[in-house]
Amino acid sequence: MTGTPTRRRWASRRADPAAQEWAGDTREFDLVKELLVALVVVGVLCVALAGLFSSPDDRPITVARWAKAAPGDFVATAVTELDGTSRTASYGPPYNSFPGAGQELGPLPLQRWGGVRARVDTAQDFVLRPLREVPADPVLTGALSEWSSAPAAVQMEWATAYGDAVAKAPGGDPGAVAPGDYGPVPLLMTRLLGLGQTGALDGLLVSQDRFYATDYTKPLLFLADGTYLEDTARAQNLGGDQWGMMNETGSWPGQAWLWLYTFWYQVKPFSTSDNADALVWGLMAVLSLVFVCLPFIPGLRSLPRHLGVHRLIWRQHYRQVEGPKRPAES
Amino acid sequence: MTSSESAPVTGPAGPARSWTAYLRSRAVAALPPEKLLPDRQPAYVASWVYVFGVLTIAAFLLALASGTVIALEGPQWYHGSSIGLFFNSLHLWSVELFFFFMVIHLWATFFMAAWRGRRGLTWVLGALSFLASVGTAFTGYLVQSNFDSQWIATQAKDGLNSVGIGAWFNVLDMGQMLLFHVLLLPVALAALIAGHLILVRRRGVVPPFPAAGASVPDPGVVAPAERRSGGASS
Amino acid sequence: MVSHRLLAAPIDLHRPAHYVHWGIVQISVPNLIVVGLLVLVLVLAVLLPFPRGGGR
Repeated sequence: MTGTPTRRRWASRRADPAAQEWAGDTREFDLVKELLVALVVVGVLCVALAGLFSSPDDRPITVARWAKAAPGDFVATAVTELDGTSRTASYGPPYNSFPGAGQELGPLPLQRWGGVRARVDTAQDFVLRPLREVPADPVLTGALSEWSSAPAAVQMEWATAYGDAVAKAPGGDPGAVAPGDYGPVPLLMTRLLGLGQTGALDGLLVSQDRFYATDYTKPLLFLADGTYLEDTARAQNLGGDQWGMMNETGSWPGQAWLWLYTFWYQVKPFSTSDNADALVWGLMAVLSLVFVCLPFIPGLRSLPRHLGVHRLIWRQHYRQVEGPKRPAES
Repeated sequence: MTSSESAPVTGPAGPARSWTAYLRSRAVAALPPEKLLPDRQPAYVASWVYVFGVLTIAAFLLALASGTVIALEGPQWYHGSSIGLFFNSLHLWSVELFFFFMVIHLWATFFMAAWRGRRGLTWVLGALSFLASVGTAFTGYLVQSNFDSQWIATQAKDGLNSVGIGAWFNVLDMGQMLLFHVLLLPVALAALIAGHLILVRRRGVVPPFPAAGASVPDPGVVAPAERRSGGASS
Repeated sequence: MVSHRLLAAPIDLHRPAHYVHWGIVQISVPNLIVVGLLVLVLVLAVLLPFPRGGGR
């Protein structure tokens, strides 16, 4: 096909030499034996690698572990869930319809087109509903009433003030917060922290009145809004700006085949864009299309011929065809 | 049972009404047994680069087998069992080997411009297999049910959500991801690979570029009507 | 955090990986080894002589 005039290519595809049946020299080969040998070789390699190196299995971070190891971060995150300023609360689709939220690919608001199909109300789902499940705690019940009967503006003032105070407290310790007008927020947060540390919050976030639960959207979003999960990941170079997509926990090889996908996140304009994810996805979609359609793209499809590696691969064949005489076949 | 020729099956009353017979005759015409399972190949298939296709298939079969054992015991098995961890390791390393061999096979077929001679669709199916493999491996990482799954899920969601896909493909939903990984994507991938292999058998291995200075096709290239009897090209 | 189970693997890869930095590129040593092997195996596959004759 390469270098063939278009008219000839379309008018006489059957005359394309590369499309013809090969009637030249052949050799014996055993397809079944080849597959069996390959299975044995790869099998032995696999068993050896698995036996020598095993595989990673770092324990997941439960909400309980987070609440115990980083109570300051837990409380600071919970406050932002309550006042609607957390990452999840302002994420937009598919979790909620936060005004103006959502990445765009050029003029296309693809994220918003997806719609809200996994609704999350961070204040209710992460804070208030779990707290309402706590039995026989009249102080908590009183605090919850005080919260729900206050106007939205007042709720926001309490939560924002408390969030700022926790950030300023020494070591981010919620117990060392300066006095101030925070309404029932400190009590709600203290109770939520306790609930978290017992492990009850892990169950409450997943089950939500169901017995069987396989959807971890809520606990994962809550965890990801904090810094504990991310700090643990970044310590192992798994962050997005650390080429993390390619990496694995520990010293195992990771997903080297994702190198081009993660590369774009390291360079401008992607590294500084609010629409980085959409832009990278759009770019990779185009590049993937080019990859799939390579045989049909003029210029690119001629590249192998110019690179000439085929002359090494088929050197035996070319020696026969181009040599001064054909060597005797064995 | 009559053996089929390349012509459509007809009976005394005209073209056969049997869909089965029609399908059989078309299938055998497109891919006769000696082409489906040849025992000879063109002499130009003489390089070690040619083994990486079958090595990729072998690694894929081992990934399926090790995954099947894990499926028998459930996704949490390997967290508390040394044998389970070993099979998890087999599954991980068979996938690493799968990508290793597949990438070499991809480079080799690129250097040979293996899409020439009406083999464009073979390349397309191979490329789609690569992309489907990336997706299948991705869902595999999501269902490890460990810290890595948590991190990958919470990161990947941003990419998928940004283009609207996350609204119906929820990487935070372990149940959905498990079914994609164990059933939906392996079936799609196996279908793509099967199509790719059938086309390789049907079209044969791509011949070398014409030799330097040659203005006519290399010896061995003849019109289909002069196909050698009994000598199958692969 | 490391799994609490005892591992039987002779080579323990639970420790953090070393990283190679080159400009904006940052690649783990295990990944670099994999990529290096990839290139090496491809080069060897192209260059190593293939047995002529009746078949493999």
